[in-house]
Amino acid sequence: MTCPVLTRVIGGIRGCIRCRWSFWLLLFIFLFPLILGETSAQGDHNLQTGTDGTSINSNHTKRSFPVLHLRYKYVQLPFEISLWILLASLMKLGFHLLPGLSSVVPESCLLIVVGLLVGGLIKVGGDKPPMLDSELFFLCLLPPIILDAGYFLPIRPFTENIGTILMFAVVGTLWNVFFIGGMLYGLAQLDASRLGGLDLLACLIFSSIVSAVDPVAVLAVFEEIKINELLHVLVFGESLLNDAVTVVLYHLFEEYVGMTSVSALDVFLAVICFLVVSLGGVLVGTTYGILAALTSRFTATLRVIEPLFVFVYSYMAYLSAEVFNLSGIMSLIACGVVMRPYVEANISHKSFITIKYFLKMWSSVSETLIFIFLGVSTVVGPHSWNLTFVTISVVLCLISRVLGVIGLTYIINKFRVVKLTATDQFILAFGGLRGAIAFSLGYLLKQEHFPMKNMFLTSIIVIIFFTVFVQGITIRPLVDLLAVKRKQESKQSINEEIHTQVMGNLLAGIDSVCGCYGHHHWKYKLCRFNKRYVKRCLIVEERSREPQLLAFYNKMELRQAIEMMETGGETKQLPAVPSTESLQSPASEQTGVPQISRELEAEIRRIVRGNLKKTGQKLYPYRRPTLVGNPFEDDFQDQLREKQRAKVGRRMSAFLTDQDFPSRTIARISVVPQAHSSRPTIPATQKD
Amino acid sequence: MGSNYSTLSKIPNVDDLMQETGFTPAHIVRLYDRFNALDKDKKGHLSPQDFESIKELAMNPIGDRIIGAFFTPGQEVVDFHSFVRILAHFRPVDKNRPRDPNTPEPVNSRTSKLRFAFQLYDQDKDGKISRAELLQVLRSMMEMQVTEEQLESIADRTIQEADLDGDSTISFDEFRKSLEKVNIDHKMSSRFLR
Repeated sequence: MTCPVLTRVIGGIRGCIRCRWSFWLLLFIFLFPLILGETSAQGDHNLQTGTDGTSINSNHTKRSFPVLHLRYKYVQLPFEISLWILLASLMKLGFHLLPGLSSVVPESCLLIVVGLLVGGLIKVGGDKPPMLDSELFFLCLLPPIILDAGYFLPIRPFTENIGTILMFAVVGTLWNVFFIGGMLYGLAQLDASRLGGLDLLACLIFSSIVSAVDPVAVLAVFEEIKINELLHVLVFGESLLNDAVTVVLYHLFEEYVGMTSVSALDVFLAVICFLVVSLGGVLVGTTYGILAALTSRFTATLRVIEPLFVFVYSYMAYLSAEVFNLSGIMSLIACGVVMRPYVEANISHKSFITIKYFLKMWSSVSETLIFIFLGVSTVVGPHSWNLTFVTISVVLCLISRVLGVIGLTYIINKFRVVKLTATDQFILAFGGLRGAIAFSLGYLLKQEHFPMKNMFLTSIIVIIFFTVFVQGITIRPLVDLLAVKRKQESKQSINEEIHTQVMGNLLAGIDSVCGCYGHHHWKYKLCRFNKRYVKRCLIVEERSREPQLLAFYNKMELRQAIEMMETGGETKQLPAVPSTESLQSPASEQTGVPQISRELEAEIRRIVRGNLKKTGQKLYPYRRPTLVGNPFEDDFQDQLREKQRAKVGRRMSAFLTDQDFPSRTIARISVVPQAHSSRPTIPATQKD
Repeated sequence: MGSNYSTLSKIPNVDDLMQETGFTPAHIVRLYDRFNALDKDKKGHLSPQDFESIKELAMNPIGDRIIGAFFTPGQEVVDFHSFVRILAHFRPVDKNRPRDPNTPEPVNSRTSKLRFAFQLYDQDKDGKISRAELLQVLRSMMEMQVTEEQLESIADRTIQEADLDGDSTISFDEFRKSLEKVNIDHKMSSRFLR
């Protein structure tokens, strides 16, 4: 008996859920508790202190229904954090649902606007919105983003351009600091400007905060426009490595407060300081990276906590570097870079996927929260608006960046094989985005030493807004206009890998013929050292001797097999069949692309599914996995080796089970598995 | 600079050499000094043994192929001119070179670099990389750490990816096409030979 009203209601709900505006409804449902939560927290607090005073003497009145009353204070902190994170994620989702908006305006701008709105709403609600707490920022929000960047850093382009990157990071930032600081001081001396009261030190500390290119902002904007790898790695590498310079200068200038003159000894010590900070950071990171790699060697029996080791060791590297005032960012990057090749060889495929997705998720949430809080903090203030100062600082930032890039490129091009063109220089200059790090550093300034702190903060915020909004929005059309080379979405090619390796060896050989030791030579030596000593310690026994090319090949086969399974065998090009003689249907010969015929594909899939069903597993969905002792896998591996040794069968790279040991040749299964009792009939394609 | 000129005057046809390869006089002098350093018996030309005495080259997986590339087939020695001509392949590319269809392709253009690399694989000089030749290269690169089946499957996969006309070998055009996304100018240029 169906109630017509009920059916209609359900139909209506279903219809609503399908429309997009239900999403926005959901969003606002969560927005209100946030605002209410902030205001009620205050109220609750007052209530608590009120009752505390009087509860000692009064009798405790018995409540007959002790559940279902408001006990907000108990859950306040985690509740609010979750609510903020939820709001941030829903907003991010929302932007992608709005058609067209995300292609014009970068996400970071939209998030700042949302932050402004939310901050405004909270303020209107009569309460003080939360500020971007520097501790929260540096300890919780920044590390995931940096770890994500460091772990997935493209090593080859990074090391090939390391000289250029270091030049920009160190010399470029120093140039920015002294140019902006000096010009500000010079202008403050003029009576005409209304800046007065700024001494040299204040100018310098302001410029040291504001000079550094921010990795979060760069990532946020550059990810979306997808320029070519060289430019991306240059801007991004610079933003990561200039942290050491910023840390040193900031702390130095803070220490120099009150000093009137700076001697040559101080300058020399500053240089030493810089070396200690950067190299120390790298050393700390490398140590933790090696520890993580070593630990991962022994996790074969407990695969579930492998990702945890990666995350915790990296976070410890960051914190340990921060303890000693070393560069935490460089430590984190070093840890990720050192750890990755060894850890990836040791851990299971599932752990690898977990690490990848967790890192991406955390860094995405962090980034969103940072931008929203930036918007909220803008509303909070405190602001001290000084039009002259703000305009001058914005203009100086731009000018110094442009001059710095042009000057440095002129010098660098003398040493580079592939020179940087004018377009490249323009994009580099344009990519000098400032972000939340500058804001947090400014927030950390002590008011008593720097009475103009509020003016600085306002100016920093304006600079950040300018770079993120103006530069972020205009970079996309400019990239199109200047026809900058885009990132090429290329499928991995084993040809490229082999030939690149051969060329590397060739160039190393040519260099040795010439008698010069170029970077090919050192790369070659490093590879040999790595292979002979390091890999043996840090990688699980069976895989330590596996050459890189083989690992690459296996990964490629694995990926392709997964793809084939996921798309149901309808991939466009199917080079899944290694040998071109077999399995070529007459139809495909006309197209010239070897393909498996449809019936064969279906047959193979049927066998594969049947095989799995026998052992009670399903291909999809992914059930709670038993990571230890997969009976099917053990049996299967033996079969596989049998087949290979006997050389029976047509080889096919279909992926079956195990993702736990990618380097064992999963890629081959024979089309006639012996687990079956009945022999399936496959269209016979005999291999001679 | 006086010593440069005196050294240059010892080399016959040095102007033609510089014209052909694009090396500066300073480079030619440096290469000449290196040539003499390698030529231990002062014969005036290099033999394979001289190359094999270079330690790093001996350790290189494709060292013997590189040595072989210096010697044109039939010749057993390399004189200075051929030495310089081979090394000229690895000069960085001049981006400002005018595209003049009449002048022959310079030695360090992208195509000639690729051709040099191709000849490393193609030992029998038939213009195609066969499966056996590819297997040999892979074997020397991976230095006995893989099984024969794995090598064969990699070789098969490589050929299948690159082979467009279906003859199970890789011709020079297919080779070039498979590397179109790679920055050859960067990967095959030595900064010391600028």
